[in-house]
Amino acid sequence: MIDFRQKDARSAGTTDVIVIGAGHAGLATSFCLSERSIDHVVLERGEVANSWRKERWDSLKLLTPNWQSRLPGFSYAGDDPDGFMSMPEVIDFIQDYAVFSEAPVKTNTTVTSVRQNLDGYRVVTDNGEWQAKSVVIASGACNVAVTPKVAESIPANITSITPHQYRGPDQLEAGGVLVVGASATGLQLADEIRRAGHEVTIAVGEHVRMPRRYRGQDIQVWLDRTRILNECYDEIDDLTRARGLPSPQLIGSSDRKLLDLNSLTDSGVRLAGRLMGVNNGMAQFSGSLANVCALADLKMNRLLDTIDSWINTHSVSCDAAERFDATCVNGSPTLSLDLTDGSINTIIWATGFRPDYSWLNVPVLDRKGRIRHEGGVVDAPGMYVVGLPMLRRRKSSFIHGIEDDVRDLTAHLHDFLDTELRLAV
Amino acid sequence: MSAVLKEVDNGVNVEALLGAREALTEAPEAAQFVWRATSEWMKGTHTQSSVNRFFGLGEEQSHVREYSYDTDHPEIFASEDLGSTPVEFVLVGLAGCLTAGIASVAQNRAIQLNSVKATIEAPMDIQGILGIDSDVRNGFAGITVKYQIDADASEDDIAAIVAQSQKRSAVFDIIANPTNVTVEVNK
Repeated sequence: MIDFRQKDARSAGTTDVIVIGAGHAGLATSFCLSERSIDHVVLERGEVANSWRKERWDSLKLLTPNWQSRLPGFSYAGDDPDGFMSMPEVIDFIQDYAVFSEAPVKTNTTVTSVRQNLDGYRVVTDNGEWQAKSVVIASGACNVAVTPKVAESIPANITSITPHQYRGPDQLEAGGVLVVGASATGLQLADEIRRAGHEVTIAVGEHVRMPRRYRGQDIQVWLDRTRILNECYDEIDDLTRARGLPSPQLIGSSDRKLLDLNSLTDSGVRLAGRLMGVNNGMAQFSGSLANVCALADLKMNRLLDTIDSWINTHSVSCDAAERFDATCVNGSPTLSLDLTDGSINTIIWATGFRPDYSWLNVPVLDRKGRIRHEGGVVDAPGMYVVGLPMLRRRKSSFIHGIEDDVRDLTAHLHDFLDTELRLAV
Repeated sequence: MSAVLKEVDNGVNVEALLGAREALTEAPEAAQFVWRATSEWMKGTHTQSSVNRFFGLGEEQSHVREYSYDTDHPEIFASEDLGSTPVEFVLVGLAGCLTAGIASVAQNRAIQLNSVKATIEAPMDIQGILGIDSDVRNGFAGITVKYQIDADASEDDIAAIVAQSQKRSAVFDIIANPTNVTVEVNK
């Protein structure tokens, strides 16, 4: 392990900026602060890229191809630009970036509270206290696996786990599995658990359908070239909705396979509607499955229309336009499932994640516990947040999407510090 | 050359709806509504129900007048057929809700509707309500809504309006998802 403390021996004291979290977002922020010669320290509860080490399942690969793995001043240098990084590769990539950028990281330093005072912010950790004019929250968007209220009514004979606890199908006991949620997580887990021989039912609410490949290219090529992912937060109609969208139904794999509800059905996974309740041990599913699938199909086709029209306008030579089969929903999908008869032994809650702000003692959370911010500029002077979905752009939650956000926000932060300095003088 | 901009008018005040959405986001307590109906048994299977008052925006509200409805069963059930069956009322509610949603969504998307017609079918095995077979549920085996829509838009845009209307429909949700029902007597 690299000893970052050699570069900056302080374990407490005063600095201009405290960056909380040494994942890709915190390290990218650090790089841009260093470019501007702004004194700062990055506090990391574990090791660099901690969430990628501890909170991901074994088979997970990035949803974006390697050519897209780029951070400020740094990019993928391997020989498989079209491949998808495994978790150990992501950890190496971020670790290499920390070394390359000479980020002043304090590892194994957990922030326990951040409070506002006259000089900015008091940041208390389990390894000393810091005083800073500015705080950048880069502690991740997926710290806590969210489970719906219905999870409380699951009979005791069922093993309930979240994706943070899931490593692979080997850890599951024999028997049926109910996967709740149809994001990238839900589909990937349903797929690999089915392949391991379990009976699998997946509960499907609103979801984002997207083909892995389109017109001979990875979908990310088109999202990149059309600049769809560059759309800014202030150009989006319903920002709250956009920020809450589940991840697109993609999987990163060497065979570039398509993963959608139809492919799950083909492999023997049963589709059900959104899980709405549990009554007397019976799981009850919504009768809206056909509609959520129709919505996702229509939205996917609108995206493909946009790509087609961009291809036409720019006279790009590529494969012909195609449309994918509509999601096939069995005429009368199952509306209930007995959770007491032994047919289901495990429920996996792929129902999303949220950040953990339990250590944040500054009144910047809304009534739903979300941080109040305008494109990452938090509703408290000198406080910023980075790395959340749709923070400033559609690409904000992607590794390659962090650079533009961090450049905008460190520029804002620079102005903030300048103003503070002028006021002090 | 002169361009004539066609005004889209489905008779829905979208600005007011969007304004309400914004206002209620800031004041979620005002979004708490209670809907009510009262009913009285007349004779046989005939019941008269009415609606007028409801609660919303933090205070008691009422319709411009009271609306009254008769429910009964058809003659083949040895009833007098003084009104539609209660299950048909459920279909009426679904049609009214989905179609109102279609008009609103179309207006919001600046799509002119020319006609919107629906036929709804809901098969039911009445062995359930007659207690012949306990494996048969009382309610519908399913509901199929068929819309015929003439609008100044592509087929996909029309399909998207209908899908969005279902997504935002209260009655669709009430039918498609479980709801706890509490019935009290003489309390």
